[in-house]
Amino acid sequence: MTDLLIPALMIGIAVIALAKKQDVYAALTDGGLEGLKLLAAIAPALVMLLTAVQMLRASGAIQLLTRWLSPVSGFFGIPAETLPLLLLRPFSGSAALAVGAELMGFYGADSLIGRTAAIMLGSTETTFYTISVYFGAAGIRKTRYAVPAALIADLTGFLMASLTAKML
Amino acid sequence: MVMGAIWLGMILLSVGAAFGSGNTGVLTPAALEGASAAITLCISLAGALCLWSGLSKVMERTGLTEKLGKLMRPLFRRLFPQTSKDEIALGCLTANVSANLLGLGSAATPMGVAAVKRMQTLAGGTEATDEMCRLIVMNTASIQLLPTTVAAVRAAAGAASPFDILPAVWLTSVCSVVAGLLAAFLFGRLRRD
Repeated sequence: MTDLLIPALMIGIAVIALAKKQDVYAALTDGGLEGLKLLAAIAPALVMLLTAVQMLRASGAIQLLTRWLSPVSGFFGIPAETLPLLLLRPFSGSAALAVGAELMGFYGADSLIGRTAAIMLGSTETTFYTISVYFGAAGIRKTRYAVPAALIADLTGFLMASLTAKML
Repeated sequence: MVMGAIWLGMILLSVGAAFGSGNTGVLTPAALEGASAAITLCISLAGALCLWSGLSKVMERTGLTEKLGKLMRPLFRRLFPQTSKDEIALGCLTANVSANLLGLGSAATPMGVAAVKRMQTLAGGTEATDEMCRLIVMNTASIQLLPTTVAAVRAAAGAASPFDILPAVWLTSVCSVVAGLLAAFLFGRLRRD
């Protein structure tokens, strides 16, 4: 089902744009440059974070943490290996991406843990960062229930990711 | 500040664990390996991200965002009845949500900020309104239809079919947005009484 998704999107987008007399190729390359700039901007953060994650893995700290927390996460049906991702996700997008990429590399992209990590990354956001940017810019000081409501959404996402990964 | 503390915490934790198990020799090679793995990851992500950003730009310039926004207006009138009375606020709001759906992060954030600013001007004060909290939930629960960065990471890690997680991502996203909005409605009721 997903095999032809990207080719179909490429054709669809280009046809619509050409029908509207847009300079498709200029848009493609302009956007591509923006994408590379974005990647260059997050690359240093990824280096710092993967360094730390690799040290956590090699020292055995991740394995220890996983063993301690597995009774808790097992109760909720979340793989204990994904807990570091879950804890970092609301604070930092690049940290969560680094942890997720390490999990996919270590356990395999098509393993249950690798899939769970990918679904978690794909269906949640950097909650605290988003709230601070949106409310900070508008001068909102009393956030009322925005944080708890957003965290309930995140938690639901993590639980559902663990569940749906098993159904794939 | 927060990230600095988290980073230091991670390093301290691994140094502590290495001392505990008595193999402190693994730390330095692991640090250098991790740094180099990050650059390898970036290189393997670069092509896919470049391609996707290019396609996103085409979508942005063809006005697909506005089209999608128009389609969603009936839904927004229910979710944001107060904001819907104001054309400017409703415009920013629909642009924000449709950019999020299409994964146009760089377009979504300025529109979202503009929407919250406009809502604040209409409501006055420095307190978040119920509708602002709902908009926040829609932005913190990812509603991106195609999680392209994650798919690129999966492809780099050797996934047979990087996008085969799509049904699971959609189901998960829908559940988390609905749960967040329900929680927001519930909290809104509780605080008002």
